[in-house]
Formats: sequence, C-alpha cells, structure tokens
Amino acid sequence: MPMLRIPTPLRTYTDGQSEVAVRGATVSDALSDLSARYPSIKQHIFNENGELRPFVNLFKGEENVRNLRGLDTPLSENDRLRIIPSIAGG
Amino acid sequence: MLPDLSHEEILRYSRHLLIPEVGLDGQRKLKGSSALVIGTGGLGSPVALYLAAAGIGRIGLVDYDVVDFTNLQRQVIHGTSTVGELKVESARNRMLDLNPEIQVDIYNEPFTSENAIQIARDYDILIDGTDNFPTRYLTNDVCVFLGKPNVYGSIYRFEGQTSVFYAKEGPCYRCLFPEPPPPGLVPSCAEGGVLGVLPGTIGTIQATEALKMLLGIGSSLVGRLLIYDALDMTVDFVNLRKNPNCRVCGPNADIRELIDYDAFCGVPGRDHDDGSAGAGWDIDARQLAPRLNEPEPPMLLDVREPHELEISSLPKAVNIPLGTLAARLSELDSAREMVVFCKAGTRSSRALELLVSAGFKKVKNLHGGINAWAREVDPKMPIY
Repeated sequence: MPMLRIPTPLRTYTDGQSEVAVRGATVSDALSDLSARYPSIKQHIFNENGELRPFVNLFKGEENVRNLRGLDTPLSENDRLRIIPSIAGG
Repeated sequence: MLPDLSHEEILRYSRHLLIPEVGLDGQRKLKGSSALVIGTGGLGSPVALYLAAAGIGRIGLVDYDVVDFTNLQRQVIHGTSTVGELKVESARNRMLDLNPEIQVDIYNEPFTSENAIQIARDYDILIDGTDNFPTRYLTNDVCVFLGKPNVYGSIYRFEGQTSVFYAKEGPCYRCLFPEPPPPGLVPSCAEGGVLGVLPGTIGTIQATEALKMLLGIGSSLVGRLLIYDALDMTVDFVNLRKNPNCRVCGPNADIRELIDYDAFCGVPGRDHDDGSAGAGWDIDARQLAPRLNEPEPPMLLDVREPHELEISSLPKAVNIPLGTLAARLSELDSAREMVVFCKAGTRSSRALELLVSAGFKKVKNLHGGINAWAREVDPKMPIY
C-alpha cells in the first residue's frame, strides 16, 4: 500500500504515527481512507468544499500533486506520499 | 574590485583559503559581501555566528526583543550574562568577539512593511530566521521585489524545513504556500515547544546556503525543499516549482508592493501574545484566587497537554487539551461558571472562542495563564 508521511504538527491526529499505510488508487482515495481512520485530521487537510487547503502541500515522491493531477493523481503500491504543512517557528 | 585581506585575515581564514572552491578570491568575495539576518533567535543564532566566523564583511541583524531565560535552551548566540539585554546587541557583541574583522549593523525594531525595503535594500542576501507567518511573507515579498535570495528555514518540535527562495531563478515562498494557515491552527515554538538543537541544524544549513550563494559555488537549494526529521533522523527533498498563479512572482502577479501582513495572516507579526482573550473575557490570577475558596467555585478547565501538568497545575482543574476540546464538549456543564487556562493564555483564548461559539456563556480566560498565577499568586510554582 502507498505510505503517507505525516508531518509533526498533524501527528496529534494520527495517534502520534509518522507514517500511515493508505488504501486507494488515487490521492483522493488515499486521503479519504486516512480521514476515515483519523476523522479529526480531515479539517486540517481539506476546506469546506473538499479541496486541499492552500497552506497544505501534498507530494507524491518528489512532486507536488498540484503539478500532477491534483487529487486525481493516480497512486501505485509503492508510492510515497507526504504532507508538507506551513510551519513558522524559528 | 574585491577588498584585500590583511595578514591577520589571511591567518584567520587559512582553512577557507585551503579549499579550492573558496581560496583567496572567494574569501575576498565574502569580505565584500553582505547578509541581513531577520531574527536573532533559534535560527538566527547559528546563522549569525557562522556568517560572522566565515568573514561576511557586513552583517545586519533585525530583532526587537530582549534575551530571556527561555531563549537559552537553543539561542546559543546569547548567554546567561546577556539575559535582559537587547538581542541585537547581545548578538553583535558575541559576533565581534568571534570575528572583529567584520561590521555588524543592528536594527532594534520589528521588520515591517514600513522599514523592510529601506533596511534590506543594501544587503546581498536575506536570511529568514523569523518565528511567525506575517514576517515570513514580508521577508519573501521584500526579496521578490528587490530581486534578492531568501534563505528560508522553519522549525517545529523535531521537524525543520529549509530552502532558498529566489524568484529570479526559481519559486518563492508564496509559490509553495500561497496563503498562511488560519490563526491558531499551527502552534508556535512558545506554545508547542522545540528541540533546542533543531534550529542549530536548520540554521547551520541556512548559513551554508548563504555562503554558497555569496561565493557562487555548488548546487543550491533553489527549487528544492529539504525536510529534516530529527526524531526519525531522516532528511528528504522535494522539488519546488514556480507557481504560475503566484500573486507576487507569477506572470499575472497582482501584489506589486508590500501589504499589511498582519491583516493578511490574521495575526500580529510577533510570537508575543499578552495571553488576553479580549475585553470582558479575562479574569486575572489575583481575582481568581479568592473565588476558588467560595462555596461554589468556578470550574477550572486546563487546556494544556497532559505532560505539562507535571510542571505546574491547579488543584481540581479538569484537563482537556485544546486539540481534543471540540470533540469533548459534552463532558462540560455549560450552566456552571468556568475559567479556562493554559501556560500563558494563548491556547485558552482559543478554547474560550470555541466554547463561546458552542453556546457556553459563563466562561472566562485566565489572563496570562498558569504562569501569571505563579507570578502573582503562588511564587512557589515554577514558570515555564
């Protein structure tokens, strides 16, 4: 299954896990699977219209899915997804 | 014309002069260059120290804060002996002790839309060591408008990000993050904490990138974001591309001058918060203390994380961390008077907003948090 890397600020919502194996043929399916298992994470990733929030970036491998096919980007078994959020600490 | 090096400087920079990629010409280039470090905190400390040691001829420091004890766990440019001093002065003294051959210009003021262009104009490169979203967007836009590289670093707990945003050659910060998160969604280091050595790692990479850019050597982080996880000890890279819809560096950019960044981000551009929930919603520690001895005292709601209770706590307080409050409202009695508190009043102000929007009316925020209680009511309690 594709692996999704969870950034530190969102690990509160995944029981502290830094990686979650997700099911799905597309990025959208994978995120639905994540949200189904960890419902409180959903509002941090999607806005009210079900779109990715503008301060959340999702990468498949080294590429931002916004530069691929967005939420429709296809996934295969060995793909690695990663959420990159805005953080401001310094 | 590059400046010459004195015999003392040749001796001082001997280990640089031995590297073919730097050499005498490179070191003269560094002496003739300038860098502006925004923020002299966790990231700014190693950046300023290493740039000073490396012999950047002129280094500017922007900060408006004073050194306090909670800084010293990570802000290694300062010291116990400089607690209470202006950060820019504390940092300058340390840098000139390390390398008296350089010039350090200090700006003891917040970096704002009013002064940013004026301050940044005469520097070759900017290094973003700030601790808040408004100043990060400001630093980015200043760099885009002035055509300068922005060496970015950002940290949270065990995780850091770093890149070089340089709109002339690649994406800018806004290409990756068009909008900031709503206020309160991403905790600051003051609220969420940070491993002290993490800004050392990220800041040192920022200093490395700044030196490489000034020397014109190596492959920079332009177009790449480095993500470092100290807990799992992983370093990953992702590709960053110019966003065609970017509002400052895209072909149809509509932001052409500096804007009101506090309004854009919905928060003031500083991590300092006075721990107040606003007029009428606060109760001071001294007012609260006698109320707890009444026959029907208000309920105390502690919205800190459970591990913080080991540092300090109030008797009979109910602990529901802010992150779980929305899901646990049914555990609370809205008919009863309630005082919400956290460490310093920031998280509890957000909790209060949440409670009020859920219909709670008899709620107050402990102004300044349990730290204010420790200062004003119980001097035996530690402040953190």
